[in-house]
Amino acid sequence: MLAFVLRRLASAVPTLFIVVTISFFLMRFAPGGPFNLERPLPPATMENIMRTYQLDQPLWRQYVTYISNAVQGDFGPSYIYKDNTVAELISKGLPYSMELGFFALLLALVGGVTLGTIAALRQNSVLDFSIMSLATVGTTIPNFVVGPVLTLIFAIVFSLLPAGGWGDGSFRYLLLPMIALALPQLAVFARLTRGSMIEALHADHIRTARAYGLPPRIVVITHAMRGALLPVVSYLAPCAAALMTGSAVVETIFTIPGIGRYFVLGALNRDYTLVMGTVVLIAIFVIVFNLVVDLIYGLLDPRVRHD
Amino acid sequence: MTGTQENILSIRDLKVDFSTPDGTVNAVKGIGFDIKAGETLAVVGESGSGKSQTMMGVMGLLAKNGTVIGSARYRGKELVGLPKSELNKVRGAKITMIFQEPMTSLDPLYTIGRQIAEPILYHRGGSRAQARARVLELLELVGIPDPARRIDSYPHELSGGQRQRVMIAMALANEPDVLIADEPTTALDVTIQAQILKLLRSLQERFGMAIVLITHDLGIVRHFAERVVVMRRGEVVEQGTTEQIFENPTSSYTRMLIDAEPHGRKAPPADNAPIILEGRDVVVDFDIGKGFLSKGPRTFRAVNGVTVRLQEGQTIGVVGESGSGKSTLGRALLRLLPSDGAYRFGKQDISRHDRRQMRSLRKEMQLVFQDPYGSLSPRQTVGEVITEGLLVHEPGLSKADRDRRAIAALQEVGLDPAARNRYPHEFSGGQRQRIAIARAMILKPRVVILDEPTSALDRSVQGQVIDLLRKLQADHNLSYVFISHDLSVVKAISDYVIVMKNGEIVEQGETDAIFEAPKADYTKALIGAAFSV
Amino acid sequence: MTDIVTNPAPAQPESPDNKSRSLFQLAALRFRRNKAAMAGCVMMVLIALFSYIGPFFVPHSYDQVYSSYVSVGPSLEPRPDEASLEDAMRGVATRARVNLDEFNVEGQTFTATLSAENPIDPRATRYFDRANEFKNTKVVATENDGRELKVEGTVSREYFFFGTDPNGRDMLARVMLGGQISIAVGLLASLVSLGIGVLYGATSGYLGGRVDNVMMRFVEILYSLPFVFLVVVLVVFFGRSFILIFLVIGAVEWLDMARIVRGQTLALKRREFVGAAQALGLSDWQIIRRHIIPNTIGPVIVFVTVVVPKVILLESFLSFLGLGVQAPLTSWGALISEGASNIQSAPWLLIFPSIFFVATLFSLNFIGDGLRDALDPKDR
Repeated sequence: MLAFVLRRLASAVPTLFIVVTISFFLMRFAPGGPFNLERPLPPATMENIMRTYQLDQPLWRQYVTYISNAVQGDFGPSYIYKDNTVAELISKGLPYSMELGFFALLLALVGGVTLGTIAALRQNSVLDFSIMSLATVGTTIPNFVVGPVLTLIFAIVFSLLPAGGWGDGSFRYLLLPMIALALPQLAVFARLTRGSMIEALHADHIRTARAYGLPPRIVVITHAMRGALLPVVSYLAPCAAALMTGSAVVETIFTIPGIGRYFVLGALNRDYTLVMGTVVLIAIFVIVFNLVVDLIYGLLDPRVRHD
Repeated sequence: MTGTQENILSIRDLKVDFSTPDGTVNAVKGIGFDIKAGETLAVVGESGSGKSQTMMGVMGLLAKNGTVIGSARYRGKELVGLPKSELNKVRGAKITMIFQEPMTSLDPLYTIGRQIAEPILYHRGGSRAQARARVLELLELVGIPDPARRIDSYPHELSGGQRQRVMIAMALANEPDVLIADEPTTALDVTIQAQILKLLRSLQERFGMAIVLITHDLGIVRHFAERVVVMRRGEVVEQGTTEQIFENPTSSYTRMLIDAEPHGRKAPPADNAPIILEGRDVVVDFDIGKGFLSKGPRTFRAVNGVTVRLQEGQTIGVVGESGSGKSTLGRALLRLLPSDGAYRFGKQDISRHDRRQMRSLRKEMQLVFQDPYGSLSPRQTVGEVITEGLLVHEPGLSKADRDRRAIAALQEVGLDPAARNRYPHEFSGGQRQRIAIARAMILKPRVVILDEPTSALDRSVQGQVIDLLRKLQADHNLSYVFISHDLSVVKAISDYVIVMKNGEIVEQGETDAIFEAPKADYTKALIGAAFSV
Repeated sequence: MTDIVTNPAPAQPESPDNKSRSLFQLAALRFRRNKAAMAGCVMMVLIALFSYIGPFFVPHSYDQVYSSYVSVGPSLEPRPDEASLEDAMRGVATRARVNLDEFNVEGQTFTATLSAENPIDPRATRYFDRANEFKNTKVVATENDGRELKVEGTVSREYFFFGTDPNGRDMLARVMLGGQISIAVGLLASLVSLGIGVLYGATSGYLGGRVDNVMMRFVEILYSLPFVFLVVVLVVFFGRSFILIFLVIGAVEWLDMARIVRGQTLALKRREFVGAAQALGLSDWQIIRRHIIPNTIGPVIVFVTVVVPKVILLESFLSFLGLGVQAPLTSWGALISEGASNIQSAPWLLIFPSIFFVATLFSLNFIGDGLRDALDPKDR
């Protein structure tokens, strides 16, 4: 088990390296630069800035410097948030994004699996149809529509919840953005669960369990559910990574001080270091969650062995 | 072990319907028979006869779109329409089942110990420790080696035969009155089949439960059952004691089924008939190492130094169980996969031929597959399927010429020429196999490799396909390599037999010599299993 | 299931009209029986007609600014309405120092009766024409020695069924334009991803071995790049023209398609009919053309119906970030994001594009589900 984890982490290093390299050069080949403002700076100032940030060096040199610094945990200063390093920005914003993402994931997972299971057990009934229509709505309405609509209903018309911000970090502030963030994923989980549950219920070993007179509770929960959850677990990794690294849309709408917007802002303003920092962060999240999910998978399915 | 006369399960006017998008399908059309305590009753029929659905209906195990009406009384208690909670007191305790596929019939996610214990705990109560002790006892009983260790194994860690033994242990756990065995040996190799049937019989002697054996295999029925119910298209055609049914069948259908066991023998070709296809020291390795960075390719040797010499007009039967390498050998002889060895076709050395050089020879050597559903592209008409080879090998033919050839080929395999405008999915299994044969025959080949061409077909259809193959061989002086695990079919069509195991030849010789006086133990086991259960 | 050799009966066709049907024809039949999918199709056609034909029936162009109608709500009544027209007329009359005795609006024309103490100068009509609302005012009758004047003219009344945006542009025309762009981006980007994905996946799957390994490794690396990053960088890189946006989205979306086609190809390669074709001596290219491609079409079609809504969503996401098509062009996504920021003051800015957007995605979903059911390989 430990060997498996170590081996996986070791194999993540080249992946991470390739991701960083591609991102680095993609960014640099894009036209424009971090200090090309609408009103050009005087050449002397420009030169000064470029020297400060070592942007006057040849590209390969900058790359080598970046990599060697990054390995030591130094992701450089941000170009747009001039007083902060990238590491500071991320460590400031990440807790907000992660907390929000975690609750959204919880809601999506629990809600989606429950609804999907109910729909599968009542296949082709009105209930099934309603749940699946709801899921379709969830996947089709973008969250930049859901967000404002939720704000309008709960914050403005009925004044039940705050319209945005983090406030004291209490659950009241979390609720609306959490729903907006979770809804599309909840729909995906519901669809996935329903599909795999229906398939699981048709499996031969479910027929065996029925033929041996086991009560429906045992048939559904112990035998069908465990198998049906396997595809759901697989989807957990990309979903968790996406939710916990912050959503630009939801964080903008609800003015949450997370890291979601850094990414877009950074890309638009050619804030190379900030974008690279977020890319590395997302890649690490993806790798870690994939590993966690593989371990869970191993626990659920004895046919998968990590040795 | 003839049972008492008490009827333990009585089925009357039982109907099973399935509602499908294309209308209602009557799978079982009002049938009735009795199961007596302690007897072995075989329910026999070909695919689609409703034999399985009858018992599924009784046990409340039909698919969602299925409904059952009529009556099935277990010791006087009506099972049809019984609420699930009541039915659950009977199934798994008084009436138990084992199924065709032991791999998928067990939950892959739980240990076998836990799965066998479940019905014990549910029907009898007691502690987990007591149940575990009982499971150990049962595993011992069904002949699982080292039960104390195996009890914590998962299904995928066992072999097919062992899994079926586990299913049997589960079925016996609550000492049932009736054990329904739905094609219990069909998915197993012949030698394992015999072991499982022997086990069932000895357990029946010990515990005295009635066994309902649902099967298509008359060979098993003859040796195993006391009474037989013959079903066809959802109706009972005939029932009676095994002796009656086999000696004096009253219905023509039953007689046809019995006669469908392939008969006859093929005369060997003249000794001096020239060798048409030869493969010397055939070796096939499969690359099973995967992954981009794994060190060195790992290989699996599927065929290990086999030599085959096929004379003109000869049929060589290649027999063996799954994994013996017999199909791989067939493809290697046709140079369809990378292999080592020396190959000759007629007088030509084809050992060094590449794909392009082989292309012109493909016309001469053809291949017919096992699965008539998979071997025809679902998007082509039958006409397109069978004339495809002509496009490659006789590109000069006009459309009308090709059509004429297609008509001739279809007539030769006994199909209506109008079939060429239809699509494969509109045909039955036997008809599709005829189409596949027509596709090979239209090129007028000299060698045909037949890879399990009858295994996916019902017995009655098998016989017809064998007859067709023999007729074609006689008409065109064809040479066959007939690959099969089914010894009765091989016996009827081959004049020379090669027995394979783990990629090597165990024994070979004239058909009569092999079947009358087998030398190798493995051959003896195979023959023993196939012809005297 | 029994064949009778002595009298080979033709196959029993499934349909009563004794007509042989290919799998595609059967799938089409099944699809036509699926009510939800057919409703989705009808809806989709209606939305497409609305977006592409609609503009010919709307007198306003999408970039025309009506400065007197900024952020007006949706209404079936023309603007300005009769009461405010009369107010406007009264205002004009006061400026012209005449009394308004009678005022009628009929369709696009108005008639007014004016009176004054002294005879009215006919040039007073100029006052009317100066107003935004009235045009071509003419004197039609003079009574009472010129003290009473009947004038007639045209009213320029505008219909804004969907209201206007904060710049005074007609939302109806803009929603139509947004539909044109969103649908076009959806289709074209899907085609781009289809093209790249099918080619890449089929090559990788059919060639197999080391080539397959390398090609799939490349796909995996692209997968591990954050998706949004790729899109944002490419959009920034290529600029924000309409053509480039769908190219960019297509260039990102092909990964899934490639995987699906590769999986299909691998599965097909193992099918016996491909083995049979090899045994017949068909070349690689003949096998790909005659056997592989026709058999991948089903799943690919189904997947395209999944990609189209995904692409439309993605485009709207880009628009939300301000990376979509540039004003005055617009897309549903851009409209929705504008609407979302004005949700309190002008909810119709959000409601109308959202209705069309959601209806489109819903229809595509139903069509996709219907196609999947109709092409279900389990039926074969």
